[in-house]
Amino acid sequence: MINQEWPLWEIFIRSRNGLSHKHVGSLHAADAEMAMSNARDVYTRRSEGISIWVVESSKIVASNPEDQGPLFEPAANKVYRHPTFYDLPDGLEHM
Amino acid sequence: MKTESLEQRFQDRIDREERIEPKDWMPEKYRKTLIRQISQHAHSEIVGMLPEGNWITRAPSLRRKAALLAKVQDEAGHGLYLYAAAETLGISRDEMIEQLHDGTAKYSNIFNYPTLTWADMGTIGWLVDGAAIMNQVPLCRCSYGPYARAMVRVCKEESFHQRQGFEILLTLSRGNREQREMLQESVNRWWWPSMMMFGPNDADSPHSQQSMAWKIKRFSNDELRQKFVDVCVEQAKILNVTIPDRDLKWNEERGHYDFGKIDWDEFWRVVKGDGPCNRQRLKARIDAHENGAWVRDAAMAFAKKQSERKQAQKIAS
Repeated sequence: MINQEWPLWEIFIRSRNGLSHKHVGSLHAADAEMAMSNARDVYTRRSEGISIWVVESSKIVASNPEDQGPLFEPAANKVYRHPTFYDLPDGLEHM
Repeated sequence: MKTESLEQRFQDRIDREERIEPKDWMPEKYRKTLIRQISQHAHSEIVGMLPEGNWITRAPSLRRKAALLAKVQDEAGHGLYLYAAAETLGISRDEMIEQLHDGTAKYSNIFNYPTLTWADMGTIGWLVDGAAIMNQVPLCRCSYGPYARAMVRVCKEESFHQRQGFEILLTLSRGNREQREMLQESVNRWWWPSMMMFGPNDADSPHSQQSMAWKIKRFSNDELRQKFVDVCVEQAKILNVTIPDRDLKWNEERGHYDFGKIDWDEFWRVVKGDGPCNRQRLKARIDAHENGAWVRDAAMAFAKKQSERKQAQKIAS
């Protein structure tokens, strides 16, 4: 007996054309083909999607919550990246 | 940073209704509590397939059979969403299954009762799923993100379960005398075990307070049980069925129904393993797992061979 756990896969579903794939959950499967057919059975039983991506969880690189500060705080003091930063007269149209 | 201030910061996040995600810092007890609760919940979904599986081949019509089959399939899916949510906390699927099989982890007591008649398929939908929904809806706002998201999916699917159950009972209630008696007999057996599904009284539920502070739980056991009673009394009228509780009566002052005392001795007896079906349920799970081992192994071996073959082709070309 091998007794080895099947790898974990993350499942992404496009609910309809025009929308991007969205993470819906995960499951275990021996290979990509099985992950795909299990994802179909588990996550699209009620017409939730028209396209499935399966990605082996170990292939995903995630940012660390502890790095949240250095990663995202620099954006907070760059208000000039937002259109509302600029003072323009009320009468100005089409802008 | 000191643990104390980390814990304070964690509680502040909870109080601000922020969701906690898998890689975030969390107190060890929060993690343990969630693993225990989510895995128990997952096991309940999986063991819960057994009492209903009992009736799939004997459903009275194709319509009923298709619906029951779909419901049991949903439960497998719910088990899977929940196992996956628990795995984000650092426990493996195999560890959880092992804990179920060696008795360390529990599952809902209700599934240790037998399904003796077809009416039980209706009563499980109405009362057991009804109680489960009452417990589960607030969990959609649980502080732990993956659990809350899993519960949103579960709750969406669960409402079909309750409705199909009620329809079964409604049909029986409009049937002949024998059918009406079957309905009443089934409700007599399931009412009290369903009431126990909300867990011990608040005063005897030691973990409850911490779970409420962490916003894993949003309502206490007794609050949810009261809500269940109030809802069911009205629904029972439509089914023309009597709820087997002599003390059940409207309390004008409280604005709720008063109800009789729960037999907690029975509850603890079943929790400790001496319910009508505990051994049978666990044996069915262990057998299924052991008899399926070669399939899991074969799938792994096949996947390995395929990927090696692909690798070899790449090198050759």
